[in-house]
Amino acid sequence: MMIRYAYSKLAAAAALLPLAAPVRADSGWGLLNMTPGVTDISRKIYALHMEVFWICVGIGVVVFGWMIWSLIAFRKSKGAVADTSLVHNTKIEILWTAIPVFILIAMAVPAARTLVDIEDTRNTELTIKVTGFQWGWNYDYLDDGVNYFSRLDRASDAARQLLSGIDPTTVPNYLLSVDHPLVVPAGVKVRLLITGADVIHSWWVPAFGLKKDAIPGFINELWFRVDPDKTGLYRGQCVELCGRDHGFMPIVVDVRSKADFSAWLKATAAEQKQAAANAPAATPAAG
Amino acid sequence: MAYAQVAVAHDDHSSHDDHKPHGWRRWVYATNHKDIGTMYLVFAGIMFFLGGSLAMLIRLELFRPGLQFFDPLFFNSLTTMHALIMIFGAIMPAWTGLANWQIPLQVGAPDMALPRLNNFSFWILPFAFLLLLSTFFVPGGAPAGGWTMYPPLMLQGGASFPMTIFAIHLMGASSILGAMNVIVTILNLRAPGMTLLRMPLFVWSWLITAYLLIAVMPVLAGAVTMLLTDHFFGTTFFTAAGGGDPVMFQHIFWFFGHPEVYILILPAFGIISEIIPTFARKPIFGYEAMVYAIASIAFLSFIVWAHHMFTVGMPLAGELFFMLTTMLIAIPTGVKVFNWCATIWKGSLTFEPPMLFALAFVFLFTIGGFSGVMLAIVPADFQYQDTYFVVAHFHYVLVPGTIFGIMAGVYYWLPKWTGHMYDQTLGKWHFWLSAIFVNVLFFPQHFLGLAGMPRRIPDYAVQFTDWNMVSSIGGFGFGLSQLLFPYLIWKCIKHGVPIGNRAWEGAHGLEWELPSPPPFHSWETPPTEAVLARAAVH
Repeated sequence: MMIRYAYSKLAAAAALLPLAAPVRADSGWGLLNMTPGVTDISRKIYALHMEVFWICVGIGVVVFGWMIWSLIAFRKSKGAVADTSLVHNTKIEILWTAIPVFILIAMAVPAARTLVDIEDTRNTELTIKVTGFQWGWNYDYLDDGVNYFSRLDRASDAARQLLSGIDPTTVPNYLLSVDHPLVVPAGVKVRLLITGADVIHSWWVPAFGLKKDAIPGFINELWFRVDPDKTGLYRGQCVELCGRDHGFMPIVVDVRSKADFSAWLKATAAEQKQAAANAPAATPAAG
Repeated sequence: MAYAQVAVAHDDHSSHDDHKPHGWRRWVYATNHKDIGTMYLVFAGIMFFLGGSLAMLIRLELFRPGLQFFDPLFFNSLTTMHALIMIFGAIMPAWTGLANWQIPLQVGAPDMALPRLNNFSFWILPFAFLLLLSTFFVPGGAPAGGWTMYPPLMLQGGASFPMTIFAIHLMGASSILGAMNVIVTILNLRAPGMTLLRMPLFVWSWLITAYLLIAVMPVLAGAVTMLLTDHFFGTTFFTAAGGGDPVMFQHIFWFFGHPEVYILILPAFGIISEIIPTFARKPIFGYEAMVYAIASIAFLSFIVWAHHMFTVGMPLAGELFFMLTTMLIAIPTGVKVFNWCATIWKGSLTFEPPMLFALAFVFLFTIGGFSGVMLAIVPADFQYQDTYFVVAHFHYVLVPGTIFGIMAGVYYWLPKWTGHMYDQTLGKWHFWLSAIFVNVLFFPQHFLGLAGMPRRIPDYAVQFTDWNMVSSIGGFGFGLSQLLFPYLIWKCIKHGVPIGNRAWEGAHGLEWELPSPPPFHSWETPPTEAVLARAAVH
C-alpha cells in the first residue's frame, strides 16, 4: 500500500516535471547568491564574499583559459610534437608560488578586519538568552522577565508529516514560520547568549549574517544591529544536525521599531506576570 | 646467483607454475598483492554502488518539498551511512587496492612487504561493513547523528551506537595495517637504483598518505572510544555537567578529520601526475616541486582542523590562526595545478578515457578548491557553514576529485591488470555522462547553500524546490551512468583485445616493462639499471 502510493507519487512527480516550475508563482530559479542582509556586518560579509568570489573567477579565467588553450593548441591529431625538455623552470615556479601569497594577503586583511568587528561585543543594549532544544527555541529576555518558546507553526507542521497530502506550496512560508517569533528592536545592538538544552543546535538568520552554535553547558555570544529602517520579519533555521526534527525548527525574528518593541515588551511582561500569578489557581481547576 | 637464475626460469613459466591456490582458497588465503588489490577494488566497487544507492534515496526525498518517502530519522540515517560507506568503504579501500596492485609493480618489488598482514587488513573490512550495515536492522535504526558523530546527539543513538563504533575501530585497524604495509614496502623493497626521488608520483603520494593514516586513525579511535565510555561507563569527556566539553570531541574529531580528507585526495594527485604526462607525451613539469607540494599539504593538514567548526565560538586569535593556515593550503595546491597545466603545455595530447578523467579532475577539483578558499574566510564562513554550499564544496573535491581520480587510475591500469584493452568508446560515454551529470548534480547546490538552505535536512522551504529538482535529476543521471563502469570492466575481461607491455604510447614506469597481465609473481629479479632508465618517469 505504502509502496504503491510511493510509486504513484514518483510517477506523478516525473510526469509533472516539465510543468512543475511554471505553475508555481514563487520561483526559486533566481536564488543564486547570498543576500547582502540588513545589518552593517552582513553587508561587510557579503562584500567579502563577493570580493573572494571575483578573485576566484579571475584566477579561474586565467588557469582554465591556459588549460583550454593548451588542450586545443597541442593536440597530437593536429600534429603537435611534445617539447620533452620542458620539465623545470625555477623562475616561473617561484613566481607562481609567490603571486598566490599576495592574493591571499589581499583576501585575509579585509577578512581579519571584519572579524574583529564581528567579535566586538561591547556596548550592547539588549540581551536575550536563546536556548535551542529538540526541537525548537526558547527566548529569555533576561532583564525584562519575558520568556517564551518558539516552534514550527501548525500549518507547516501538519503539511510536513510523511505523506500528509498537503501541498507545501499552499502553506505560507512553509517550514520557515513559527508560533512565536523572537521580537527585537531595529537600530539597537542586540546581544544573544546562545546555549543548548540537550544536543548542539545552531542559530542562524541569513539576513543578519551570522550563525553560532548552541552548545549544552556553554554560552556563546552573538550580536547584531538591524538597520533602523529595516523592520519586518526575517527567517532562518537551525543549522547543526540535532536529531529527527532538525529540519523543522525554524527561527523567525520580528524586527520592530524601538517604540513598538518597548510597547510589546511591556505588554508581554505584564501578560506573563499575570499568567504566572494565575497559574497556581489554574492548575487545580484544570486538574 | 643461482637463486636469480631459478627466479628467472620461474618467471618464464609463471602462468603455468605460480603455486597459487585455486578456488576459494586463492582469495581467502590470499597473500599475493595482485589478488588482494583486486579484492580491495571489488569491495570498494560494491560499497560505491551501495553508498551511491543511499545517495539516490536522499536525492529522491529531496526531489520535492514535503516528506514523500522517509521518516526524518531514517533520512538522517541515510546521510550518515552514505558518508561512512563512501569514505571508509569505497574511497579508502579503492586507494589501498590501487596501492596493492601498483606500488610493487612501480618500485620493482616482488610483492608487498607484509603479505599476511595484507590479507588480514583486507579481510577485516567485510566484517566491519557487515557490522555497520546490519545497523539498518537493529532497534532504533542505523546511526543518524552524521558521520561526524558529534556528541551529545551521537550519544542518543540506540543499538546502532556501539556497533558503529566497533565497525569504525575495525576500519581504522584495517587502514593502519594497510598503511604500515605501504610504508614498509616503499622504504624497504624498492629495486636497487630506484631512489626515493626516482619514484613515480603515485608512490610518493601514497607514502605521504600512509604516514597521515598512521598519525590520525588512532586519534579517531580514541575519540570514538571516549564516546563509548561516555555512553556506557559513566565518563563525561564530552558532557559539560561532568566537567567535560562537547566541543572537545569536535577538536579531536577534526584533528583526525582534516588529514583524513587529504588521505582521500592525495593518492588522486599522484594518479593524475602519472596520467597527464603519459597522454601529453612529456615528463611531469616540476617533479620535485610536486613531491614537496604533497608533503606541505600533508603538514598543513595537521594545523587547520578548526576551520570545520568556526561557529562553535572560538577566540578571535583562534579564528585568525585557522583562517590563515587554511588559506596557506591554496599555495601548494596551486603549485600542483600550475604544474599539471605546464605539463600539458607544449605536449602532444590525446584524449583517451584516463586522460579525460584526469583533465576533468584538474578543472573540477580546482572549482572545489575555489569554494575551499571562500570557506576559509571566517566571516563568510559564518554564512556558509552547515549549508549546501559546504555540501557542494566537499562533493566537488570528492566526486569529480577523488572518485574521478580513482576512475582515471582504473582506466589507466585496467589494460595492464587484465592484459586486454577495453572498449574506449564506452569509456568515453561513461566519462561524458559522468562529467555532465556531476555538474548538474552538485553545481546548483552552491546556489542552494548561498540562498540559505541548511544541509542534512529531509525537507525544505518551497523556494528551494527548483534547484533541488535539478540536483536530483543530475544525481539520478550520475548514478545510472556509473552502471556503465562495471559493464565496461566485465566486457574488458571477457572480450577485450589483448595488448602488449605498454598499453599507452606515452606511458613510462616499471609497470609498463612487465607483460600485460603481469605474471602472478612479478619482479622476482629486480629490474636492471637499463630497465630502470627506460622506465624513468622524469
